[in-house]
Amino acid sequence: MANVRNEKRPLSPHLTAYKWGPHMAVSIIHRATGAALGIGGVLLLLWWLAALAAGGPAYALFLDVFTVEAGGLNIAGWIAGVGLTWVLFQHMGSGVRHLFLDQGANFELKGNRNTALATFVFSVVATIGFWVFILEKSNG
Amino acid sequence: MGNGTSIGKVRGLGSAKEGTHHWWQQRLTAGSNLVLMLWFVVSLALLPGYDYATVSQWLASPWAAVPMILLVFSTFYHMRLGLQVVIEDYQHDETRIVFLILLNFFALSGAVLAIFSILKVAFAGAA
Repeated sequence: MANVRNEKRPLSPHLTAYKWGPHMAVSIIHRATGAALGIGGVLLLLWWLAALAAGGPAYALFLDVFTVEAGGLNIAGWIAGVGLTWVLFQHMGSGVRHLFLDQGANFELKGNRNTALATFVFSVVATIGFWVFILEKSNG
Repeated sequence: MGNGTSIGKVRGLGSAKEGTHHWWQQRLTAGSNLVLMLWFVVSLALLPGYDYATVSQWLASPWAAVPMILLVFSTFYHMRLGLQVVIEDYQHDETRIVFLILLNFFALSGAVLAIFSILKVAFAGAA
């Protein structure tokens, strides 16, 4: 189990070696958003559920951390709420793209690039749509 | 390895002894995550409010509590499988084992806490 890699030999190409494009960006972002959901998303979900189970005061504290007095989002709410929503939709979009790639489909350069771009469009539009819907409703 | 067929080797005789099990479970939970997450996002958006009474009353309904528990199973298993691959890719020495054990504890204790919370709200029959 010890580290047996010969330090004199080069590593295989890594992030810094590739030219950035939609295809490689969507790939590494899928991993990054997955890790963010697996840690940040899970902790937020656990806090929300545990606060609901603990009762009114605990839930009020949860709300207070992410919202201002009037009911809108504060900075923490924007980062954790809107940020994680985008992370979720991005991981969802690139995840669905991966299911097609698993079938051996969509490896032609143009289609691969276009679907990579489509995941970004989807995540941004879905995030804006979700929060505009909620904030519009909350503001009456 | 004997004289088994290629598919026979994949089904249990490879060095990992489990063939494509991890890969396939990751895809299965990806599919169930997609359905359950879309349900969750739409349900949240359609809630009339986000105060304690409204949200706990919603979660107390079997129509919310049951899919919510399924969502926890599906996403926590998917998270456990996905972060395992990340750890295996970036941790090369003995700390890999420590991280993998911590990941198992994190996934299991998190899922139990989440499901207990949902059941508590559901069985307390919030006001």
